[in-house]
Amino acid sequence: MSLTRRKFLGWMGAAGAGAVIGKNAAASTTEHFKGYPNSFAILHDITLCVGCRSCEAACNKVNELPPPDRPFTDLSVLDEKRRTTAKAYTVVNRFKNRKVPQQPVFVKKQCNHCLEPACASACFVRALRKTPEGPVVYDPSVCVGCRYCMVACPFDIPAYEYDNALSPKIMKCTMCYPRILKGRLPGCVEACPREALTFGKRSDVLEIARQRIRENPGRYVNHIYGETEMGGTSWLYISGVPYKETGMREDLGVTPAPELTSGALSVVPMVVGLWPVLLTGIYAITQRKEKVSAEEKAAAVAEAVEKSEAQACHVLSEALDKAHKDALKEKEAAVHQAVKKALAEAAGSKAEEAAH
Amino acid sequence: MSGKNTFTSRSLLTPFNLVAGLILIVGAVITVLRFTRGLAGVTHLSNDNPWGLWIGFDLLCGVALAAGGYVTSAAVYIFGMKRYHSAVRPAILTGFLGYAMVVLALNYDVGRPWRLPYPFVVQQGTTSLLFEVGACVALYLTVLFIEFTPAALEWLGLKRARNLVTRLTILLTIFGVVLSTLHQSSLGALYLIAPSKLHPLWYSSYLPVYFFVSSIVAGLSMVLFESTLAHHYFGDKMDEKHLRENTDVTLGFAKAASLTLAGYFTIKVIGIAMDNNWRYLATGYGLWFLVELLGFVALPCFLYAVGVRDKNIRLIRWTAVLTVLGIILNRLNVSLIAFNWRLPSSERYFPSWMEIMISVFVVTIGILVYRFVVTRMPVLYEHTDYPSSH
Repeated sequence: MSLTRRKFLGWMGAAGAGAVIGKNAAASTTEHFKGYPNSFAILHDITLCVGCRSCEAACNKVNELPPPDRPFTDLSVLDEKRRTTAKAYTVVNRFKNRKVPQQPVFVKKQCNHCLEPACASACFVRALRKTPEGPVVYDPSVCVGCRYCMVACPFDIPAYEYDNALSPKIMKCTMCYPRILKGRLPGCVEACPREALTFGKRSDVLEIARQRIRENPGRYVNHIYGETEMGGTSWLYISGVPYKETGMREDLGVTPAPELTSGALSVVPMVVGLWPVLLTGIYAITQRKEKVSAEEKAAAVAEAVEKSEAQACHVLSEALDKAHKDALKEKEAAVHQAVKKALAEAAGSKAEEAAH
Repeated sequence: MSGKNTFTSRSLLTPFNLVAGLILIVGAVITVLRFTRGLAGVTHLSNDNPWGLWIGFDLLCGVALAAGGYVTSAAVYIFGMKRYHSAVRPAILTGFLGYAMVVLALNYDVGRPWRLPYPFVVQQGTTSLLFEVGACVALYLTVLFIEFTPAALEWLGLKRARNLVTRLTILLTIFGVVLSTLHQSSLGALYLIAPSKLHPLWYSSYLPVYFFVSSIVAGLSMVLFESTLAHHYFGDKMDEKHLRENTDVTLGFAKAASLTLAGYFTIKVIGIAMDNNWRYLATGYGLWFLVELLGFVALPCFLYAVGVRDKNIRLIRWTAVLTVLGIILNRLNVSLIAFNWRLPSSERYFPSWMEIMISVFVVTIGILVYRFVVTRMPVLYEHTDYPSSH
């Protein structure tokens, strides 16, 4: 049942449940995903970390990463801020402590293994996935190397093998998934000499964190980082100084990353379903308009032709009439003339006879 | 350019060809470097800046500026603006070449380009906006290819095949508009997942809408811009119909672009109001945002309107250039300039000269293929055997 919620959101999109672009395609459900039950988590008690880098060394060994540029015993690397890289799944950074200046704060940084990971929801080939045990794991055998997971990650964790020309991989902490499956502790947890890292069921680990805060109110800030950040993570932190003073962002919000895109995804099936209807409709209207205007044009022409024909007929008949009348008149006149002539002739001949 | 004297036995050594040849050689060398030394050998990409110029310019700008294909074919075949018919083929051609260039550039950017089909044939990551982008771009590239085939088939004299394809015109156009709506908007939606990295003035839940609406503007302006260039260099290839309709097309598209820009400006302002981001306007990024919004959205909107009113073709053409620059600016702002804005300047990204050269290389290939096609196939003129029907 891996990635049930993201799958669910995907189907939501397919069903087009949230047709409007917005942040809450999940609005039609009251389900609230709180992580897989019995999944594991790790608590990092920042107040206990002394910056010895034992975790870094153990991580390097367990994951068979290339040897570091400077040995893990060299603490001068703490002078600069570092991030995770393709050669280091975890790094410890040192920060100034404003409350007790002589005691700097050390914070371990690695993948936080979000309950609903941005990287996994962003991956278009599902190379990254959240396991029910807690770790977010990566499958290099399908990865295309698009690096969208790196764009998506709010904690800037995934790193990339930029110098690998033909088979670059995304590199990030696996929470020692293979070891967890064998019932062993993650490398860093096992190596920590100060017990600054506590591994266990997420619910138990959260309880431990709450208990420490409750029992030592002066020692801790009253906030468990990772309990709700980006919908919650499988790596939890408690600290004696405000988190933003340790390079951790406090403005990420509590919205799980998949919900940021579910609205846009849910529009897709609506466009697929309705755009053809709309466009065909517009096409049909255009065609009809053209047809109607062609018909109107034809009708107007026909009417005009009819009218002019009628007019022509009228003119013709009048002309014929007139011609007829003229002919009659002419005939009459001719008859009249002929009669006159005949009479005149007759009179002439009579006169001639009389003269004889 | 060399297209003008087709009948003289001209030398291939024109200045244009020399420059293009040089770019191709340099591009080929960098290509070898890319696939032997990896991205680290040729780019300034880093773990904090996983996407650079090849995504910001080649992908985002490439797709937006190739929108002329769907905009023009929709205008002519669906909205029935038949007087713009002669603009369809050039727009489809540049659209197809634009998308082909996008895909070509992607082969440089992704780690294992031969796995690009994996998201469709091996495992589908349907929760990813990138999956949608990939699927739609692949399908739309196919649609554009089919839409363009009549010109090639007329050139080859394959009458029956050509007539078969032209019967699909409406279907292909509708399919093309659906796909374009989806992936144009999804390119904006890619950034929805990173509200913590993109500056609030550019981040908005309306990003997909912004990208879609501005792609219409980009498509219209690119048709105007390309027709100016085509006029200049391939004017002899244009038939009377194309030349006669060109003024109509210019005025009509300018009017549409002005209106769409007005809408785009409005929804951008609404976005600021929705998220109550007014306070950011008084910052450095705010000024930069205002430069984009006023100088490259509001100004061209106004200039297009003036150009249409005065029937000032020259003004319209220059406005098209301004608008295209504005679209490029917007895409670069979202993907590079306002992205990772919280990082200290030492960790910010600026492309290497080799990244820029590959982008130039890809565009050059596009221009060369365009020249090859328009000097041979009936794109800027109608084939005498198929009058007024393509």
